[in-house]
Amino acid sequence: MIALLEVSNLARAYDVRRGRWPFAKPATLHAVDGVSFELPAGRTLGLVGESGCGKTTTAKLVLGLVPVSAGEVRVGGEALPAAHSPNWRALRRRMQMVYQDPLGALDRRLSVGRQVIEPLVIHGLGSAAERHEKALAMLDAVGLAQHHFDRFPHELSGGQRQRIVLARALMLDPQLLVCDEPISALDVSIQAQVVNLLLALQQKLGLAYLFISHDLRMVRQVSHEVAVMYLGRIVEQGDPDHLFATPAHPYTQALVSAIPTHARAKKRRIVLPGEPPNPVDRPAGCAFHPRCPHAVERCRIETPVLRTLADGRRAACHLAEQIA
Amino acid sequence: MLRYLTGRLLRAVLTIFLVITFAFFVLHLSGDPAMMILSADAPPESIKAFRAAWGLDRPLWVQYLAYVWNALHGDLGNSMRDGRPALQLVLERVPATLAITVPAFLLKLTIGIPAGIYAALHRNSLTDRLTMMVSVAGFTVPSFVLALVLVLVFSVQLGWLPSAGRDSATSAILPIVTLGIAGAAILARFTRSAMLEVLGQPYIRAASAKGLQWRKVVVQHALPNAAIPTTTIVGFMVGTLIAGAVVVESVFAWPGIGRLLVSSVSNRDLAVVQVILLLVAATMVTANIIVDVIYGWLDPRLRRGSRAR
Amino acid sequence: MAGSTRVCAGEAVRVRRFFEAWPPLTLLALGWIALMVIVALGADFFAPYSFTALDLRARLHPPVFMGGTWAHPLGSDELGRDVLSRLIMSIQLSLLIAFFGTMIAAAFGTAMGFVAAHFRGKVEAMILMLIDFQASMPFLIIALAVLAFFGNNLPLFVMLMGLNSWERYARIARGLTLSANEQGYAAAVRQLGASNLRVYGLHVLPNIASTLIVSMTITFPETILLESGLSFLGLGVQPPLTSLGNMVGYGREYLTRAPWIMLSPAAVIVLSTLSISIVGDWLRDRLDPTLR
Repeated sequence: MIALLEVSNLARAYDVRRGRWPFAKPATLHAVDGVSFELPAGRTLGLVGESGCGKTTTAKLVLGLVPVSAGEVRVGGEALPAAHSPNWRALRRRMQMVYQDPLGALDRRLSVGRQVIEPLVIHGLGSAAERHEKALAMLDAVGLAQHHFDRFPHELSGGQRQRIVLARALMLDPQLLVCDEPISALDVSIQAQVVNLLLALQQKLGLAYLFISHDLRMVRQVSHEVAVMYLGRIVEQGDPDHLFATPAHPYTQALVSAIPTHARAKKRRIVLPGEPPNPVDRPAGCAFHPRCPHAVERCRIETPVLRTLADGRRAACHLAEQIA
Repeated sequence: MLRYLTGRLLRAVLTIFLVITFAFFVLHLSGDPAMMILSADAPPESIKAFRAAWGLDRPLWVQYLAYVWNALHGDLGNSMRDGRPALQLVLERVPATLAITVPAFLLKLTIGIPAGIYAALHRNSLTDRLTMMVSVAGFTVPSFVLALVLVLVFSVQLGWLPSAGRDSATSAILPIVTLGIAGAAILARFTRSAMLEVLGQPYIRAASAKGLQWRKVVVQHALPNAAIPTTTIVGFMVGTLIAGAVVVESVFAWPGIGRLLVSSVSNRDLAVVQVILLLVAATMVTANIIVDVIYGWLDPRLRRGSRAR
Repeated sequence: MAGSTRVCAGEAVRVRRFFEAWPPLTLLALGWIALMVIVALGADFFAPYSFTALDLRARLHPPVFMGGTWAHPLGSDELGRDVLSRLIMSIQLSLLIAFFGTMIAAAFGTAMGFVAAHFRGKVEAMILMLIDFQASMPFLIIALAVLAFFGNNLPLFVMLMGLNSWERYARIARGLTLSANEQGYAAAVRQLGASNLRVYGLHVLPNIASTLIVSMTITFPETILLESGLSFLGLGVQPPLTSLGNMVGYGREYLTRAPWIMLSPAAVIVLSTLSISIVGDWLRDRLDPTLR
């Protein structure tokens, strides 16, 4: 069965200059470098990593908002059309995006109801009455009341706004939702509610999610599969419980150990030396090797590929077997 | 900081080139440059000579380069009026203009800035409201109206001061006062808002909460920070030292550059107009560079060359 | 007795609240502006005489409050022309020029701002350079240079007024559009599949409109001042047309003998620019308290 979303060897590079001096040496920023994954319909792939690891760029590449430098994105078996072309616009009905900042993503001058209806207006679907009805139904589905229709964004709470953004995204009955840090801007108590809503909607509508976050616990909760990114590459991928319980890649191990828990018998936290390097100055070989406690000579020279280990997990590390 | 300054220098050079290009295109768009600069009834030999000197029969980009070269040397033709090089004519008038703009500038500084600071420190007091009302007049009353009203009062009714010309020792007073008042009003308002913005910052409250005397808070914390935006507008005023007195000079028949510009525009003495345009551009750009240098020194964020990543 | 005091107190509160929302100064300013607009629109109707009507027997008559007659309420000038009529026509012309100039500047500037924010890269760099250039030179000088090169005709003059301060609108439009585009509502709606026309026309423009309108209340008086300055110098509106600036220019020669020729247009200029500034300040506070 063809997966809903297939990404192969996706890469995106930017030409930058070091400094503002016009004669500075040009350099290349590899925001995303060889990312591949598959997302079947109705499932969630969680994408985690620190800021600057390429998560948001991956989201933009998947949606077709940014052209690829290399590799391919296929939705339902078909390649992505060029950004903002009529075919691309038609594709919006299959894939939508949920944003980090719900207040910024909404036009503060229009009532939220009107904004929820807007996708239908843009694509010319349904009569005015039908659109209104569907919008009300969608408000209900995301857990808002009918009277919220005429409210303005600044009159709603953060959680309610995010529900509106969700409702708007779902109006076109998409099959795939790319959620870029959808809950980081919300209060912790609201985060759980929104996550539950996302899960309920997935059950009901069969949505697939690409869930991007730096919050590992949330990702573990919602994902059917998790991929960990570092400097534009996926370094580990696998079942969430498995991955968080016994991480294979040294980077994942450090991330997992940093999750605050109240378990008494907590393993010692792994603190990585150094800072996350500049994506422009990527180290040769394994991008992680300068900070890796297990690095050997081979890691400096040869870039590890994402390979399947004996127990079914996938990690991009030369020493995965030894470390686990 | 060096990087910051080099960037600004580049920008300044670019602006000058832009002005030269602008003048070049306007000149060529509006008609035949030779006819325009020399005047319609000039003898054909001088027209031919002009064409040769300016390369008007060569391709456009060559003309442009020649123009730029000439412009940088200040050689943009002779004035239609008396045939002398326009540059010379313009430079002769500079002292007269400076004789009123420089004192006016000092007047603006010494009245405007303290007034603005005082108004900000005593917000909503009577003095504040008065200062603000007067300063509003500064940018709503056109300079020629102010000038004429002053002439009406001080020359016509009271007979104290001469109304025009540069004959007596007191001739300069009214022009200087006119320029000074208008500028002081604008500066006062600007300084007041800069100060108010700074005074509203949390670090001011923190400083006085630490127990620092209010006077010291103002002098050590508020003023230096308010100086930064104020420098920009003062810099702009410095830049207009040459160009800022066009209307006032006309009202008072003061023999400076402004008056020369107006008469040149009426007579379409384009050589002179071009020179003045470039001179003004050069002055503005220089003033901006000086402001940038002062900024670089005043603003510690630029001094240390910290990069926000 | 107590009942009526309570009624009076309630009245007083309502009056106070009314004046809080509408400060008296702002009301006066709005009243003046309304008066000017009415005069400008109905100038031909209101003017008692034609503004070019000569009456050499009634030269330099003082206005009514300085010993003159009601035949010329604001006096007459050196050619016997009625100052009031000329003032009315001048108001019409000056306001029209300032209005069109401001509209042109706003439209052009906003469009440039949109283009810069939409296309980024080299296009944006070029537009930024133009903005810098415009901001760094005093516009009076640029205007004079253009007038010198091209000569003076009314349409050109209005276009020139339209070039005054366009860069302010461009900066605002660009800044607000950039933030809308980056992570904001413009990106979101575009992502829904909206066309650029929809994004800019239905979403961005209405959102930045209030800021632009406040800018207009700043550039409109500036345009009036620019036009009257140039006309005063004899380089703006040319006779037989009359504008506020050139009335002051003509009145200057008769400053000693007949100051009223110059004083009435001058007063109108000052009151008009003052009123618009006051209304502008009030609008700014009203529309967006976070703006300063």
